[in-house]
Amino acid sequence: MFPRGADIRLVRGHLEVYEPCDDSFALVDALLADRGNLVNHQARFCMEIGCGSGYVTTSLAIILGKENSGIHYFTRDINPHATRVTQRTLYAHGVHAEVINTDIASRLQKRLVGMMDVIVVNPPYVPTPEEEVNCEGITSSWVGGYNGCTVIDKIFPVVDELLSDTTWLYMVTLTTKNPSEICLVIRRKVYASRIVLQRSTEEESLHVIKFWREGVDDVRDKDIMSSSLDLGS
Amino acid sequence: MRLLTHNMLSSNVKGVVNGFPLRLEASTWVEKEVDFNADFLRSVFPKIDWPALFGASQTVGYVALPESADASMLESEDFLKKFHHALLEIHVEEGALVCPETGRRFPINKGIPNMLLNEDEV
Repeated sequence: MFPRGADIRLVRGHLEVYEPCDDSFALVDALLADRGNLVNHQARFCMEIGCGSGYVTTSLAIILGKENSGIHYFTRDINPHATRVTQRTLYAHGVHAEVINTDIASRLQKRLVGMMDVIVVNPPYVPTPEEEVNCEGITSSWVGGYNGCTVIDKIFPVVDELLSDTTWLYMVTLTTKNPSEICLVIRRKVYASRIVLQRSTEEESLHVIKFWREGVDDVRDKDIMSSSLDLGS
Repeated sequence: MRLLTHNMLSSNVKGVVNGFPLRLEASTWVEKEVDFNADFLRSVFPKIDWPALFGASQTVGYVALPESADASMLESEDFLKKFHHALLEIHVEEGALVCPETGRRFPINKGIPNMLLNEDEV
């Protein structure tokens, strides 16, 4: 049996950093559900955009494990507190990721273009007034702007550049945001997608969607049939 | 921050044309053992800007890398070991990355580079 992710008791915290919550757990469970594919994917570089406490990246590093020593992790957040907390969470679990304090809008990724094999994002999706979008600290972890889409809309072009022909993107979305619509937007950019996990909590209903460049990895994704798999516990 | 990351980051200050490589300033760094994986090194080699890696490794006092490298050297275990050490095992803890065009300093604290820009730099 392989490990199931980070130990929540070892995940570090800070007043200004988003704690692992239902959406984080859903994302990690989706990665677990897709572990077999991920191991066979022969990834070199994985990146989490918006790492918060570091729970998801730490979990991914643990799930893929020591036997995949050729995988290197990058993680980034706009919130400096989050980057430091992430560093401590990684350290507490004895895993490593390169942590970068940066803004999604920055063109930092110029040399990373096409380099990432796996990208995971739990984007801020809560609908809020537009002017709150550039808030600092913990607010940046959930403020989604108009319709909850402003930040997601900023993330897509960046992710699009980072994705190589063999990149897989895992993203959390609210079911009320109509994932099929999101998939359509992405489809225009020639991505295929499937829902890896659906989960309803008391407060919200979540999807974790996996995207990849159409025609490239369809064959390697062996779990197409499990697209409505519900691991809700 | 590993030298791998130094090799991937560039300055994105408004008006900057290339912004790479960032000049590395390091006041503290540590060495941490990382599992050796020759396949990874061979596959990442074409993506690495060698002069940038060479320069950065000199900055942190690692002088074993050859000044230039080509794919034929990937056959050599000795070369791979040095490449591995420079790329993954040297972690800069405190220092800065300096934009080659504007001189803007991006501080590195506790191993985390801060690439955030001020509003007037975007």
